[in-house]
Amino acid sequence: MAKLKVALYWAASCGGCEIAQLEIGEKILKLAEAADIVFWPVAIDVKYKDIEAVPDQSIDACLFNGGIRNSEQEHMANLLRKKSKIMIAYGACAYEGGIPGLANMFNRQTIFDRVYSETPSTDNNDKIVPQTNYQVPEGELTLPEFYDTVRTLRQTVDVDYIIPGCPPEEKTTWLALEALIEGKLPPKGSVITHNVKAVCDECPRKRDVKKVKKFYRTFEIISDPEICLLEQGLLCAGIATRGGCGAPCPQTNMPCTGCYGPVEGVIDQGANFLSAVASVIESNDPEEIQRIIDDIHDPVGTFYRYSLPDSLLRRARIK
Amino acid sequence: MRKISIDPVTRLEGHGKIEIFLNDAGEVENSYFQVPELRGFEKFAEGRLAEDMPQITQRICGVCPEAHHMASSKALDDLFHVDPPSPAKKLRELLYSAFYVTDHTTHFYILAGPDFVMGPDAPVAERNILGVIAKVGLELGGAVIKTRMQNHHIIHMLGGRAVHPVFGLPGGVSKGLNEEERKEVEQIARDSVEFAKLSLKVFDDIVLKNKMYVNMITSDAYTHRTYYMGLVDENNKVNFYDGKVRVVDPEGKEFAKYPPREYLKHVAEHVEPWTYVKIPYLKNVGWKGFVDGNESGVFRVAPLARLNAADGMATPLAQEAYEKMYSTLGGKPVHYTLAMHWARLIELLYAAERLMELSRDPEITSPNIRTIPTATPDEGVGIVEAPRGTLTHHYITDEKGVIKKANLIVATVNNAAAINMSVKKAAMALIKPGKEITEGLLNRIEMAWRPYDLCLGCASHTVPGQLAMPIYVYNSEGILIKSLD
Repeated sequence: MAKLKVALYWAASCGGCEIAQLEIGEKILKLAEAADIVFWPVAIDVKYKDIEAVPDQSIDACLFNGGIRNSEQEHMANLLRKKSKIMIAYGACAYEGGIPGLANMFNRQTIFDRVYSETPSTDNNDKIVPQTNYQVPEGELTLPEFYDTVRTLRQTVDVDYIIPGCPPEEKTTWLALEALIEGKLPPKGSVITHNVKAVCDECPRKRDVKKVKKFYRTFEIISDPEICLLEQGLLCAGIATRGGCGAPCPQTNMPCTGCYGPVEGVIDQGANFLSAVASVIESNDPEEIQRIIDDIHDPVGTFYRYSLPDSLLRRARIK
Repeated sequence: MRKISIDPVTRLEGHGKIEIFLNDAGEVENSYFQVPELRGFEKFAEGRLAEDMPQITQRICGVCPEAHHMASSKALDDLFHVDPPSPAKKLRELLYSAFYVTDHTTHFYILAGPDFVMGPDAPVAERNILGVIAKVGLELGGAVIKTRMQNHHIIHMLGGRAVHPVFGLPGGVSKGLNEEERKEVEQIARDSVEFAKLSLKVFDDIVLKNKMYVNMITSDAYTHRTYYMGLVDENNKVNFYDGKVRVVDPEGKEFAKYPPREYLKHVAEHVEPWTYVKIPYLKNVGWKGFVDGNESGVFRVAPLARLNAADGMATPLAQEAYEKMYSTLGGKPVHYTLAMHWARLIELLYAAERLMELSRDPEITSPNIRTIPTATPDEGVGIVEAPRGTLTHHYITDEKGVIKKANLIVATVNNAAAINMSVKKAAMALIKPGKEITEGLLNRIEMAWRPYDLCLGCASHTVPGQLAMPIYVYNSEGILIKSLD
């Protein structure tokens, strides 16, 4: 059997997905046996021009991480889609926009104003901002165009599979790569994890023990190590988050923040999480319930930490 | 005018690009180090809960998330006016020391090592980690992999996750260490100290005993006389986790020393229209452009800068190595950019020794790891030394602890001016009219920025493959005339 041709690319991301891909450790040798990595800017010396030169559909699979924040990333998403038989959104940013997607609460102008003018260490009386084309004495320098809105990979090109996580845990990465190598990929559109149910199903903490009258911030209490964090009043997203990670965060005494995305069949993870939160409130008095909910001071960052661009909200309207 | 584009270079909070312009005579006219990406964390931090910042800001960099996690957790201690219990501070420093061991190991062996072990003119196909292992032997290669894995295991043990740990909180950490785990950490620390000693010996054998390399390190092409910045403890010894920021001038005299809260009195950021990254400089000297010397506010950070800015190392073996470096290179400060690799190995030894000290600390298994904050949050600054330099997080919140304003001066960014200058100087020294631009020559230009360990540097070159640094030479019409990939 001919070796598979695999491309790996990053867009608006942090590099954590690259580290996660390396976390497969010695299994990387199995991957190397079955596949040639034809493009990986972080590690392999291949230039954009080389990818432009290969025939369409000649790459078997592309693992694309990062959201679409600027024109270069959009161009690369389109190019790699054209060259690849299978396009895989790898990690929370490509899947749902990720944490950089929280920038959809703002736009280019407000971001530039903050970064290049308002920040107290910035000295910029001339109000200089980076330009896509700029003439220096010796010639022209170019930069990609920064967009108003972060988009997901699916909002940019057709995507065949999703590997969730920020970053995906090693076992999730390998599950997908093994399926690819063995030609046993699930139906198109699948989110590939070990568990299609919620993180709660993998969490050893005891559930259905109690209801809450108050939500706490993580710094306000020292939680009981045995009992469900949500039932102790901590806003743990495990109940509204796809499993497969093994629930490492609750086992470190910190709430799940939802990086594996919505559970199967749910479109809007944040709305689902919010309704789950409402179900643990111990009150039937609308006013009391309102008071309890009012203690949640950052609903977007809490319920849509990784998924704002992919949610029904997508972005804030800027006046 | 000809243009040489180096695109992409390895990552710096995104991608990087170098453009070198040659005049009609074929001499270097100028060069630019560009960062073509921005994500805007300083803006979208607004509205977030302060306590979520250690996890949000670590998505700035998945290569060194631990650095952002620590700077942010310390900013939260300040913001909430809470002093974590001593065991919590020690656990943070323990995790951070393990992180330093992995990070410095990766950079030296996988990123920078190939240039020295294989030689700057070695074929690209051999100038990588596999070439290094073939030359130094499988035993050392195995030790590199083992050291990285073991120290990642410590991060996972405490932080819950290998990438993007979840344990920092205002007032402490979420998880402690039990006796069984402590023993494991102690064993890993012992192995890491041996590994660091061995690494310094490798550097001695391969680099310092080779006259060509010593001449290269001390050559003018790789030298800049700048100010240096680094965090120091109460004895002015290098510290990664805590202390005051100390700045020394190009003569090595103390120029400034300040606690995190006063950073705005000392550092400012300049904006250029051709790059998305801002360019920090010393406010009390001023921005004079991309030039070095006492009159220019350009300063440098990261390993050599930390050693220059301090009076020594806080652990015995690292102190010995520190003294040896300065006596060999002619006293303090050392201005040779390439000596940063040596300084990095001295820090590797310090990190391993510190990990050992902390693993043997009687308090380290204490369950007293959290202080619940009770004061009203308002404003906080946290500074740590990331492997790539001084890292500053500054938050202002409302009385509920919701972020109103955030300012971040990210480690590698502090070197933005110096990286530009180093590339230009090396290019000017090496590219000469009529002289063929060989791959080896361009690699020597790359060697001018590689010591700075641009952020994704440490993720690159870790799999079988080559350098993430294609170089193309274009003529004045933008037509490719030479390809060196």
